[in-house]
Parts: sequence; structure tokens; C-alpha cells
Amino acid sequence: MLCFKNIIKNYPSRSGNELAVALDDVSFEVKEKEFVSIVGKSGAGKTTLLRLAIAQESPTTGQVFFQGRDVHKIKKSQIPKLRQRIGVVFQDYKLFASKNTFENVAYIMEITGAEDKEIKRDVPQILNIVGLSSRERNFPNELSGGEKQRLAIARALIHRPEIILADEPTGNLDPYNTFGIIRLLVKIYESGTTVVLATHDREVINTLGKRVITLDGGKVVRDEERGRFVL
Amino acid sequence: MFISLKRVIKAGWKNFVHNIGLNSAAIFITAMVISLISFLFILAAASQILISNVQEKIDVSVYFKEDVSSENILQAKSEISGLPEVKNVSYVSKEQALEDFVQKHKDDPVLMESLTEIGYNPFLSYLNIEAEQAQNYEQIAYYLKNGEFEDLIDSVDYNQRKEVIDKVFSITSVINKIGIIFSIVLGSVAVLVIFNTIKIAIAGSGEEISTMRLVGASNWFAKGPFLIQGLIVGIGAFILAFIVILSVCWSIDIKMQSIIPSVGAFNLLVSNIWLVLLIQFLTGVCLSSASAVIAIGKYLKV
Repeated sequence: MLCFKNIIKNYPSRSGNELAVALDDVSFEVKEKEFVSIVGKSGAGKTTLLRLAIAQESPTTGQVFFQGRDVHKIKKSQIPKLRQRIGVVFQDYKLFASKNTFENVAYIMEITGAEDKEIKRDVPQILNIVGLSSRERNFPNELSGGEKQRLAIARALIHRPEIILADEPTGNLDPYNTFGIIRLLVKIYESGTTVVLATHDREVINTLGKRVITLDGGKVVRDEERGRFVL
Repeated sequence: MFISLKRVIKAGWKNFVHNIGLNSAAIFITAMVISLISFLFILAAASQILISNVQEKIDVSVYFKEDVSSENILQAKSEISGLPEVKNVSYVSKEQALEDFVQKHKDDPVLMESLTEIGYNPFLSYLNIEAEQAQNYEQIAYYLKNGEFEDLIDSVDYNQRKEVIDKVFSITSVINKIGIIFSIVLGSVAVLVIFNTIKIAIAGSGEEISTMRLVGASNWFAKGPFLIQGLIVGIGAFILAFIVILSVCWSIDIKMQSIIPSVGAFNLLVSNIWLVLLIQFLTGVCLSSASAVIAIGKYLKV
């Protein structure tokens, strides 16, 4: 479903003279209806991988395929269509500050061309699933960290994407909220959606018991079917 | 397509309301430009009517020398009548001219006294010539001054009226030139104000715009609301300018009619209403959408 092939990603260093290697010959494939965790220390290249998957960045060399198509060869005008097929939960939530909870989720349906009646039907349902029914009219700055994260997940889910990419979704949360979010992602996976979870949370990974890809220094150092957090 | 257009319009309206202060300033300045352009248009129409009124009233009077006999004048009359440019020629004898003068000024004792003082009929016989078209007068006058009757003619009274026409032309052309310069200056200010309004709106939602792109919003969804915001400014300015021009024309109508009876500002506006509306709408929409497109192109990189 999502395949990274010999990905090398370099960034110019701050001095500008040298190149910082973010990903070094990374190759792996995420199969349909799989739950894959990508683990590694901060700066290991987890976020870069997810950015490459949605064509937010281009690899220095290598290819990223989504459903058999090289995402970096897709025409610029077609990139929105690609992104509509992928649900992304961003590390910093990236919620729309000027829209309330309902509108944040509804916006995704609006850009995919859903009818108003579908929006009115589906948004309350998804907000109920993530436990935000009572916060429909609140704006992001009125929500707690856990609520923001659940809203970000609701927004990533609402249009029933083929895959969910969650980048450190528990990074800013306390243990109680962390496991609430993980339970939600597992529920999404169990309903048949592919989930890619990027995290550096040892406890989360060790309780999941699913496939774990470990990145270290931009390289894949481990890829285990029922992995644990080993670094 | 319709549903996405509806959503983009809604988002554009939200942008507009969110920044109502700046957008109102943009509407105000654009309305000034539109009003000015509309006034220029109405002025052009009014001066056209005024000029054609003056032209209609023009005739050429050919005054014959004292010693020219009425036979010679009548012969000249029949020849001039034969000219294709001439519509009508009437002969006014010395006696008739005196009688007309007395009739006209019988209540003016000073003039009447002066006439008695002179002791003779000071008027000359003349032919009054009307042309088929206003532009023929100059040709007729030239023919009379340089033709076979040159020696019989004392004077040709045409140039004085020509000056009136020239004056109307020159006044309206000066007003037009000043108006055009003002329109260009104000138009540039309007473009700058709208441009900056959109720029501020884009800057204020820069992060949201990049998120929109990341979650799959198309160019149209990301850029469209700002274009709509610009268009709302243009349409608002168009409505305001129309109200301004309607009230101004209505309020100056009576005053204008008292100066030039045939030219009423309100009537002129009403008789050209569709053209005025079109000019105002196009000016508003063109100015605002051009400014929005420039601002979006420069500051909204998606």
C-alpha cells in the first residue's frame, strides 16, 4: 500500500556547507490493513518519512509509492487528491484556530465535496467516537491537549481515508490521555484502516504488540512483526 | 462544482467579516474611484447634449453692404439655397431688421433713444442660412467669404458662435483630463488598499492555509476565499458608488436644469442607467479582482 524505496533525504546544514542526513537508504512497505509503528529517537527521521508520504517534501533520491503510484511524480494539481486519500494526525495538531471543533472536522468533508446533509450526519458521529460531542462549538484554544489530539484524529478520520499517518500523536499528553488516543487508533485499525504510528513512546509500543520499524540515525535498524521498543 | 463554489463564497464572506474595518476602507476608496469615473461619463454625456444644442441653434447670417440691391441679395439667396449643405435661407431686409430690432427692444428707452439719435436705419440686409448639419456651417461660411459674392458681403456672423462650441469643448476636455488623472491616482490608491487588505488577510491565516493544503484542499479552496473577499469589496464599492451618484445627480438636478434647461443630471443618469451600472460594476470588479489576484500571486504560495 505505502512503499518507501531506497529513500535518501538530505537537508542542508545550518552552516550551509554540509548536508545533514535525515534518511539513509530507507526501504520498507506498509501493507493494507496493517498497524505499523515507526520508532526512533527525536530526529531519527520519523516525521520526514511521513512528510515524504504526503508529498510535503521530496526525497533526495529514492521513491515513495502509494497504491502503486510514485507520489513524487504526481502532478501538482493532483496532490490534493492524494492527500484526501490519506488521513494525517500532525505532531502539532495543525487545527484551524478560526474554526470550531465541528468546523475543523467538517472542513475535510467540504474539500472532498461531501453534501451538507452528509456533513451534518457524519461530523457529530465522529465527534461522538472521539468523545468530543460536548465540545462541538468550542474553538481549539478552548480545548485541552488530549481534546486537541482527539480532534486531530477525528479530522484525519472523517473522510474514511485508506491510511492514517499519526505523527507523535501522544507526544504532548499525560499517560491517561496517551492510552485513550492509542485505544482510538487501535479501534480505527480494527475497523479496517491501515495505521502508521510514528512515536518515541516506549510504553505505547511495548503494549501494542504489532509491527515495529526502528529508525536510528536515518537508517532502518530493525523491522519486526511483533516488535518492542529497543534502542 | 456548485457546492464547492458555495463553500468558497462562504469562506470569502467570513474573511471579509473578520477584517471588516480594513475591508470597509477598501470599499470606500474604490467607491470614490467608481463615482469619479461615473461622473466623468455623465459629464461627457451632458457636454455632448450641450454641444449639440448649441450646434442646433447655430445659423449663419450674411450681412450685405449698404449699397447692395435687394435683387442682388435675392439672386445670392437663390444660389446659396442650391448648395447641397444648405437647408433653408431666409432674407431679412434692412427695414425688416429695423422693425425686428424695434419690436425686440421697444421697452428699452436708452436703445430707442439712441436709434432716434442716429437718425437713419443702421441695419444691413442679411440672409439667414441654416445648414443640413452642424459641421456644414464652417464650409458655408468659407464659401460665402471666398465665393462670387465676396464683394457684396459686409460680414459673416458665424465665428462668434463657433467660440461658444469651442469653449464647451475645451472646458469639458479640461475637466475630463483632470478627472482621468484623478481616476488614475485614486485607482492606484484603491488597488494598493485592496492589495494590502488581502495581504493582511493572507498573512493572518498563513498557517491555516498551509494546513489546508496538507489536508488536501485544492488551490481553488485555498485561494478562492481571498479572491471572493476582493470581489465582495468590489461589489460593495459598486453599490456604494451607485448610491452616491444617484443622490448627487438627484440633488444637483434642479440646479443644473436652471442653468442648462435641456440637461438634467438625474434624467441623464436614468437614460443611461444600464451603461452607468455596467461601467460601475466593471470598474469595481476589475479593480478589486486585479488587486486580489496580484496579492494572492505574491503572498499565497500553495
